Amino acid sequence: MIPLPGILAALEFPPLTHIVQWPAFLFEDTAFAINKVVLVYFFAIALTMLVFIAGNKGRLVPTGMQNLSESSVNFVEDGIVMPTMGPDGLRFTPFLMSIFFFVFFTNIFEVIPVIQMPASARIALPMFLALTVWVVFVLVGIIKQGPLGYFKNSLFPPGVPAALYILVAPIEFVSTFLVRPFSLMVRLFANLLAGHILLVTFAVLSSALVVSEWYVVFLPLPALGVIFFTAFEVLVSFLQAYVFALLTGVYIGSSLHADH
Amino acid sequence: MEITDSGLAALTYGLGAIGPGIGIGYLVGQAVQAMARQPEAAGMVRTTMFLGIAFVEALALIGFVVFFLAG
Repeated sequence: MIPLPGILAALEFPPLTHIVQWPAFLFEDTAFAINKVVLVYFFAIALTMLVFIAGNKGRLVPTGMQNLSESSVNFVEDGIVMPTMGPDGLRFTPFLMSIFFFVFFTNIFEVIPVIQMPASARIALPMFLALTVWVVFVLVGIIKQGPLGYFKNSLFPPGVPAALYILVAPIEFVSTFLVRPFSLMVRLFANLLAGHILLVTFAVLSSALVVSEWYVVFLPLPALGVIFFTAFEVLVSFLQAYVFALLTGVYIGSSLHADH
Repeated sequence: MEITDSGLAALTYGLGAIGPGIGIGYLVGQAVQAMARQPEAAGMVRTTMFLGIAFVEALALIGFVVFFLAG
C-alpha cells in the first residue's frame, strides 16, 4: 500500500499543452483545421445570432427567448452603454451586445459537460477581440474629432502645464494605444486559463483519490471543490464578458467625448 | 532544498499577488461603504467598482502569465 503522501507526490498533473491544445479532426494540416476550440467559436457565433434573431420577432407581448433577448438589451443599455457613453452611445448597443454575448458564450463552454474548454483560454480569440475593439475606438475617435484633433486630444490632454507634455505625451501614447488592447486581451485570457487550470487540478485530484484504500475518505474534499469552482466559473464567465463589454464602452466613450 | 526556476516563478507570482489583493480588498470595501451610505447611487458605484477591479486585477493577471512564461 502506498501511503497518502506517496500518492499525492506521484500525482501527475498533465502538462499545460495537454489541457489547452486539441488535435484537429477536420481539414488537418491546413490553415482551416477545425478542432474543439474552433467548434466552440461556431457554437458561440450561432448562439449570439440566436439572441439577435429571437429579439427581432417583434411580438408585442414577448415570450420565451424573446423575453430573455429583450431584457438583455435592457441590461446592456442601462448597465453598460448609459454609464460609459451616455445617450449618444446608444447606436453602439448592437456592437456591445455582440461582444458581450460572444465573449459570454465562448466562456461558458468552460463548464458545459463534454466540451469543457473555454475558447478564450487560447490567446487567439482575446487577441482578435482586443484588436477589433482597438480599431473601433481609434476609428470612432478619428471620425468624431478628426484625425489631428483625436491624436492631439489623446496625446496632449488639456489642463497640463506645457513643459510637462514631454513627459505626458509618451505616457498617454503607451497607455492609450498599447496598454489598453494588451490589458483587455490578457485580462480575458488569463482569467479563463486560470479557471480552466483550477477545474483540471481538482478533477485530477478527485480521480486520483478514487481508490480502494483508506484514504478514499478524502475524496469528498476535491469533489466538492470541483462543484464549488464550477459554480464560481459560471460567475467568472459572466463577469469577464461584462467587464470586457464595459471597458469597450469606456474606450469608445473616451473617443466620442474629448476631455475639455 | 534545491531552488528551481518554476519554484522561483511561483514564489514571485505569490509576491506579485499581494498588491492587487490589498487593492481589490480596499476598493470593494470602500464601494460597499459608499453603497451603504447612499443606496440610491448603488448602480453607479457598482459600475465604477467593476471598472476599478478590472484595472487592479490586470496586474495580478499579468503576473499569472509571466509565471507561465518563466516557470
